[in-house]
Amino acid sequence: MASGTQNTEQLDQVIVRFAGDSGDGMQLTGDRFTTSSALLGNDLSTFPDFPAEIRAPAGTVNGVSAFQVHISDHDILTPGDSPNVLVAMNPAALKANIDLMAKGTVLIVNSDSFEERDLTKAGYASNPLTDGSLAAYTVYEVPMTSITQEVCKEAGVKPRDAERSKNFFALGLISWLYTRPVEPTIEWIAQRFASKPQVVDANTRAFRAGYDFGETAELFESNYEVKPATFEKGEYVQVTGNQAMAWGLIAASRLAGLPLFLGSYPITPASDILHELSRRKEFGVRTFQAEDEIAGIGAALGAAFGGALGVTTTSGPGLDLKSETLGLAINLELPLIVVDVQRGGPSTGLPTKTEQADLLHALYGRHGEAPLPVLAPQRPSDCFAIAIEATRIAVKYRTPVIVLSDGYLANGAEPWRLPDLDALEPIDPAFASAPNHEDDEGHETFWPYVRDPKTLARPWAPPGIPGLEHRIGGLEKADGSGNVSYEGVNHERMVHLRHDKIAGIEADVPPVEVNDESGDAQLLLVSWGSTYAAVLAGVKRVRARGMKAAHIHLRHLNPLPTNLGEVLRGYSQILVPEINLGQLSRVLRAEYLVDAQTMSKMQGVPFRVGEIEAAITALLGGKS
Amino acid sequence: MSESNGNMTNGNGAVGTAIPVTTRKDWSSDQEVRWCPGCGDYSILTAVQLLMPDLGVRRENTVFLSGIGCAARFPYYMNTYGMHSIHGRAPAIATGLATTRPDLDVWVISGDGDALSIGGNHLIHALRRNVRLTIIMFNNQIYGLTKGQYSPTSEVAKVTKSTPFGSVDTPFNPVSLALGAEATFVARTHDMDRAHMQETFRRAHEHQGAAFVEVLQNCNVFNDGAFEKITAKDARSTMLIPLQHGEPIVFGPEGEERGVVQRSDGKLEVVSVADVGLDEVLVHDEKRPDPGFAFRLSRLANGPYEPTPIGVFRAVERPEYGAQMSDQITEAQDKRGLGDLGALLRSGSSWIVD
Repeated sequence: MASGTQNTEQLDQVIVRFAGDSGDGMQLTGDRFTTSSALLGNDLSTFPDFPAEIRAPAGTVNGVSAFQVHISDHDILTPGDSPNVLVAMNPAALKANIDLMAKGTVLIVNSDSFEERDLTKAGYASNPLTDGSLAAYTVYEVPMTSITQEVCKEAGVKPRDAERSKNFFALGLISWLYTRPVEPTIEWIAQRFASKPQVVDANTRAFRAGYDFGETAELFESNYEVKPATFEKGEYVQVTGNQAMAWGLIAASRLAGLPLFLGSYPITPASDILHELSRRKEFGVRTFQAEDEIAGIGAALGAAFGGALGVTTTSGPGLDLKSETLGLAINLELPLIVVDVQRGGPSTGLPTKTEQADLLHALYGRHGEAPLPVLAPQRPSDCFAIAIEATRIAVKYRTPVIVLSDGYLANGAEPWRLPDLDALEPIDPAFASAPNHEDDEGHETFWPYVRDPKTLARPWAPPGIPGLEHRIGGLEKADGSGNVSYEGVNHERMVHLRHDKIAGIEADVPPVEVNDESGDAQLLLVSWGSTYAAVLAGVKRVRARGMKAAHIHLRHLNPLPTNLGEVLRGYSQILVPEINLGQLSRVLRAEYLVDAQTMSKMQGVPFRVGEIEAAITALLGGKS
Repeated sequence: MSESNGNMTNGNGAVGTAIPVTTRKDWSSDQEVRWCPGCGDYSILTAVQLLMPDLGVRRENTVFLSGIGCAARFPYYMNTYGMHSIHGRAPAIATGLATTRPDLDVWVISGDGDALSIGGNHLIHALRRNVRLTIIMFNNQIYGLTKGQYSPTSEVAKVTKSTPFGSVDTPFNPVSLALGAEATFVARTHDMDRAHMQETFRRAHEHQGAAFVEVLQNCNVFNDGAFEKITAKDARSTMLIPLQHGEPIVFGPEGEERGVVQRSDGKLEVVSVADVGLDEVLVHDEKRPDPGFAFRLSRLANGPYEPTPIGVFRAVERPEYGAQMSDQITEAQDKRGLGDLGALLRSGSSWIVD
């Protein structure tokens, strides 16, 4: 594996960023490098960062697509703040990413694409490779396009077609640089492009050429090895948030013994859940690509009425459209799962960029008093567990549940230790099976709004059972009978009942766990959803520098853990980093009258660990 | 964990037993019917409640689903499973129900505002997908529940509360719209003729796919007499054209029969049968694969003041949506076996740490 002439140095971690045109295959390249690293046993975290346009004009900064991967020999949480190596396939990729690069880091550029035309398209007045502007970096100029074309020529591939394989050259080169094994990738190429033998040939040649270039060109003084990380024993796979969410929904449907019905309308960055589930028909999964977002949730609710696990997946603009049906679902008191993969808003906003600004919408974004539970996964792999937990709550309490994922979790990948499926607790749909009321004449009847005294949940009685025929709807119900009622006192009672039912879910919410190593920290960091990783990593860093900071993470945004108020009041300073203007901190202030301070970022990317570290340091009066 | 083949039924303890003999009373709920006295909805409700015992179906396997509007109160009055949902969304909600529960009979009750205005998108997609739904749309050409605004089927220049200077919108022809939306079953009936309604609903219910029925319905409060020129007892014989599959399209009192012929430019027109001879009169064919003929029939009358066809315009077979969904699942399970979750989680590469 190691090269013949050069040294192999040990690194404990490395952050590589692949950047190129949208059509250059950077996501595929990054993804494959990630898989190689996962198979080697590294811990890892990825951050695909791509534009909304399918193909912005080639060679322009707007069209740059990037994939960042952080690999290490120890436990890591984030895709890393600043890459150690940037692979730039053209000047636009260099320009779009150079600000992320610290001085002294490595730039590997495709020197074939730095012609006058390319530079103009990227908006460079002069060639950065020759004008001295990159003097602070270690720059490797590699003629990727021409070498790729050369090696493909022998296979009879036309230069134009061969040019498309240059990302595999880059992959080969980086694979050599970080001593990734060759064979698994070659096998993968053969499988992935099996229907196009010439493409297999070209990609394989390009990949090998890149690897060999590293070994023989004597451009690089050494290559590097990142040893496997120490993982808990078990079987691992690499998983993205959207994949884990889809699998979690299938698992939930199995645990509940309910067929899964997904009503969905394609929307970035949620569509991959629809794609994944639509492939899994052997699990009895029905996916319905609806005419719009409203029909997506409507059909899911109709399926729930019929006794299925009804799910709809969307992103912000879709959640707006689903609000009306969510109100109906709250009145009908039927189980329903809504997955909102948040993106930058308002309106179309930043379709491919992450944000956490739908929290208040999820909590309060409906007319009337319309409470519902809200959960958020904290890592990509946590989407599996959160889908099951959302289902458990939805079924037990007969309520719609919103799951707030986000673009970063959805597309980000990490190793995941597979759970013991047999240990997962079944979910009892507890369908109604018999009349539950006696009318004045002594006849047994069914009342759809008689509540379980403990959970306040009403019976779920899908059609099919004689004697349980009943009508439900969006009009206010009479408590108990479920008949239409316009009576004011009854309405007030029903508003309270619906509120109390959701508030009572706190009985199932685990208490928040405080991570306060020293036990006497004055500052508490509060994370929710995807901020978990950067916040925890930031806290670890300041502790390593001798500072004291505590951390809690919230997976349940409604209802909140019962001990949260007490925990918050135990700290003199509370900092809530959020990818929004301060939505959770507003909730915490309102609920607990504590001085929760907001740390805000809305640039379509997650917090960097360094940003969290600096914020903590500033609050504690230290130097950053 | 339990295996699931994705097809579910609920209960059905009665499966295999004979369908109980029922009467209208069994199909009527205990809820007081609250439409305005004299509303055409009453006669539609009566027609349905009287028809149900004849359909050979079970109450517990029957669902009436509606959106919002006067017509949408319908499910409350049926002693079946039912849902009164939100404005316009019933076809979407019903799609989720019908595709997951092929054992159920799902009826969608709607109005012209609900189905063609706020819910237009859901209606056309349910029709083109051919979801097994019996969709009954009460068309009174007005908004009743909101007290008298014009609707998407109101005639041009309609003066209402929201159009004091007269409406300028061109109305939809519901039958034309349904045909344009690739519907496989399209019919029209009216609230003054119980026997015709029942025959039409029976046909719609038998249809294996999405069935769309427009019911001309009188709103005696906000649009009284909208269809009087064609549905009044003494007008029917000269103004309603009953469509019968395989029969010449003729109507009118004996001795004054009129019929529908096709002009050389393709347009259909009404002529005196005596003038052209019965052989020239078009024979109705509801099974034509091309919806063009039914569409031209739907354009015969420019409004409810000209001779208007009623009955089944189109009834063709096309695979039903939910059944196709189920078939894909069965096929996948035959080919790959019932899903194995453990294998799914390992569908990428997995590695062991020990």
